[in-house]
Amino acid sequence: MSDGFIELRNIRKVFAGVVALDAMSLVIKPGEIHCLAGENGSGKSTVIKIMSGVYQPDGGELLIDGKTMPDMSPIEAIAHGVQVIYQDFSLFGNLTVAENLAMNVHLGEKRRLMNWRRTRAIAREAVDRLGVELDLDAEVASLPTAGKQLVAIARALMSDARLIIMDEPTTALTRKEVETLFRIVRDIQARGIAILFVSHKMREMLEISERITVIRNGRKVAEGPTGDFDEALITRHMTGGDILNQPYVWTPPPGPPPVPRLEIRGLTVPGKCEDLSLAIRPGEIVGLSGLLGSGRTDLALALFGMAPRYEGEILIDGAPVRLRTTQEAIAAGIAYVPEDRLTEGLFLPQSIKRNMLATSYERLAPKLVIDRERAEEMTQGMVRAMQIATPTAEKPVMQLSGGNQQRVVLARWLLTDARVLILNGPTVGVDVGSKAEIHAKIRELAQHHGLAVLMISDDVLELVQNCNRIVLMHRGRFIEDLPAAAVTEETVSDRLKTFT
Amino acid sequence: MALLRRSETVIAGILLLAMVLIGTINPAFWQLDNLFSLMRSNVIIGIMAMGVLLVLISGGIDVSFPAFAVAAMYLTIKGMLALGYNGVVLPLLAATLMGLAFGAVNGFFVYKFRMIPLIVTLGTSAMVRGFLLGVVGTSMININKMPTALIDFARTDVVSVTKADGTTYGLTAMVLIYLGLALAMHLVLRYTMIGRSAYALGGDPEAARRAGFDLRKTIFFIYCVAGALAGFAGLLHSGMIWLANPRDFVGLELDVIAAVVLGGASIFGGRGSVLGTMLGVFMLVMVKNSLIIMRVDTTWQLVVVGLIVIAATALSAWRDRRRAA
Repeated sequence: MSDGFIELRNIRKVFAGVVALDAMSLVIKPGEIHCLAGENGSGKSTVIKIMSGVYQPDGGELLIDGKTMPDMSPIEAIAHGVQVIYQDFSLFGNLTVAENLAMNVHLGEKRRLMNWRRTRAIAREAVDRLGVELDLDAEVASLPTAGKQLVAIARALMSDARLIIMDEPTTALTRKEVETLFRIVRDIQARGIAILFVSHKMREMLEISERITVIRNGRKVAEGPTGDFDEALITRHMTGGDILNQPYVWTPPPGPPPVPRLEIRGLTVPGKCEDLSLAIRPGEIVGLSGLLGSGRTDLALALFGMAPRYEGEILIDGAPVRLRTTQEAIAAGIAYVPEDRLTEGLFLPQSIKRNMLATSYERLAPKLVIDRERAEEMTQGMVRAMQIATPTAEKPVMQLSGGNQQRVVLARWLLTDARVLILNGPTVGVDVGSKAEIHAKIRELAQHHGLAVLMISDDVLELVQNCNRIVLMHRGRFIEDLPAAAVTEETVSDRLKTFT
Repeated sequence: MALLRRSETVIAGILLLAMVLIGTINPAFWQLDNLFSLMRSNVIIGIMAMGVLLVLISGGIDVSFPAFAVAAMYLTIKGMLALGYNGVVLPLLAATLMGLAFGAVNGFFVYKFRMIPLIVTLGTSAMVRGFLLGVVGTSMININKMPTALIDFARTDVVSVTKADGTTYGLTAMVLIYLGLALAMHLVLRYTMIGRSAYALGGDPEAARRAGFDLRKTIFFIYCVAGALAGFAGLLHSGMIWLANPRDFVGLELDVIAAVVLGGASIFGGRGSVLGTMLGVFMLVMVKNSLIIMRVDTTWQLVVVGLIVIAATALSAWRDRRRAA
């Protein structure tokens, strides 16, 4: 079994007592397009760093061309033809395209002087080799994301690469740019260079790759030719299909239909979304899905007062409200848990308590001084209610696991007496166990507290399991409102596939 | 068009406009002796600005160079007096090396402990000044004791003109030293890998590390060069003013940083050029000089310098954000 170009055998990696990888195995054959699939936090990036020599494994073997490579350094990895294109591309925005491209050549030759004519020549060759148009004198910071990615790919190709690892390469690309990228990737493959796509986007994986390895909690859980997989199967492997969930059922109360908690009528955010109408009644969990850039996040932001120039009507419990600032949205009873809770939602070095109370200080300090006793009481109550695993509410949030962090965000909003809860990717980066618990919590909030929940997610399974309705969005419009009966993983996935 | 977009062109344009304006208010501005004295005032600030430029490009900041300059100057002259040595080259070399050693301390803390350069240089600055005044001495060394060789060297003129009333004035040869050092810095920044590594470090430290730059070398180089330039400028300064004052250069860091930022260097790192810096230095010196001619109080000069720092930084921040968009 050493027909691979690079092979990981039973790799183990431990960080400060936490096992990141355990018995991880992966074989990449020369010239193949391979996909490493796994959720955030599954150990994908650790795999990349081991393959590129940034980390040394604590156990197991790394082989290149069938030979073991103990303690491989990044320089050795590059010398053997392993190139990584990081998510941030690792480019110098303040320098020109030409200098970015030639930098590694100069460094590799251990030059002391900078020859600008040679720099241009090297860059010209690199760009020609990739067969794309790039302005060599443009400053990289001025290029769009797709352009920066081309520079990064061109640079990776220059060094006689045999394997190019791409970390989440399609994240910030439009569908059209993704197609261009895939064309280039196939072109690179035609020259006998292997590609490892590291991604959690199933559709793209199935489209581009020849073989797939699925990783979960630091272990390989499945491997095989792409033909053996479909989206449902990958999802099951990625999330651990053993966690079965009862679908969420919402039955309208008897009598006249209740007033919707949240209703939007003809909501339009110029250039982002158009003419959206939707009503969510107390206790409903409505899923919202669509491709990146479909306008789903823009809708959430508009509801949270972050798109003050929206048109149309927003009603909370039947009363029209005007949401021009986040303060107004919070006052109206809307809570928003953002997509990237780490950068948008939490103050990581601050304590659980401070994070929980971040939006409640105004209520806690009616006379300028914070009511400390009440603050303590509220925090303790929430830590218990949300079952946050911590000895004390003074612990910094960054020391909590992803699942517990997410609970802190939820707790903060519950303290504001929110009536409408908007969740954007509620379990991104959360391990499987916590995921189920968070889902249970969300259901409980809807069911017993009468909240209206709008759940935005890429994770179809998550939506299907937790929502009583799913709305699909595309190019800024609602395309379909699937009722509970029609909601299955297959239907939703199939509909999403038709959007390009 | 490309020429118009360059920040140097913009700065040069503003400089010219300011010169015309000042010349209109005060026609004496254009007289040769005023211009010569202006250029003379550029020398010390300009040499120090070259070091600060390098530090700013790498994404750092240095407020310790005035302390290093004064320490290198005072220690060197004390040493010359103690040894009874009267020369130029060796003392300048000694002051430069002393500055370099001080700079290495900055580099050590910035690299080894990944400390914020502002804090490191604030600390070393205070320590060096305190040590100098506490251990070495607080008394000024006046013209009667100053080594004559230094004064004679700093007095050298490139050209000298005799006025109708018989007095002479000239352009100091120290300007040539400044121009030489500026040219050297330009060549280092543009045509050496260590110079490019400073830009890379200032652009994206993580990417620079991944690309394989030896950041230890780069950081030590940057802070050592900044210190060395400060030490050199310090001694040269005492020769030019015939005085070694251990309390000299207080508050100079603001002037120099203002000049460098005015010259288009980004306070966030990654951008800046020697030509722009020279224009920035000239502009700052000219503005301060004009304020003196117009008999504006020194306290108000401070206000103007502060305003220049804020305005120039705001402008460059706005420019960088627009470029990134």
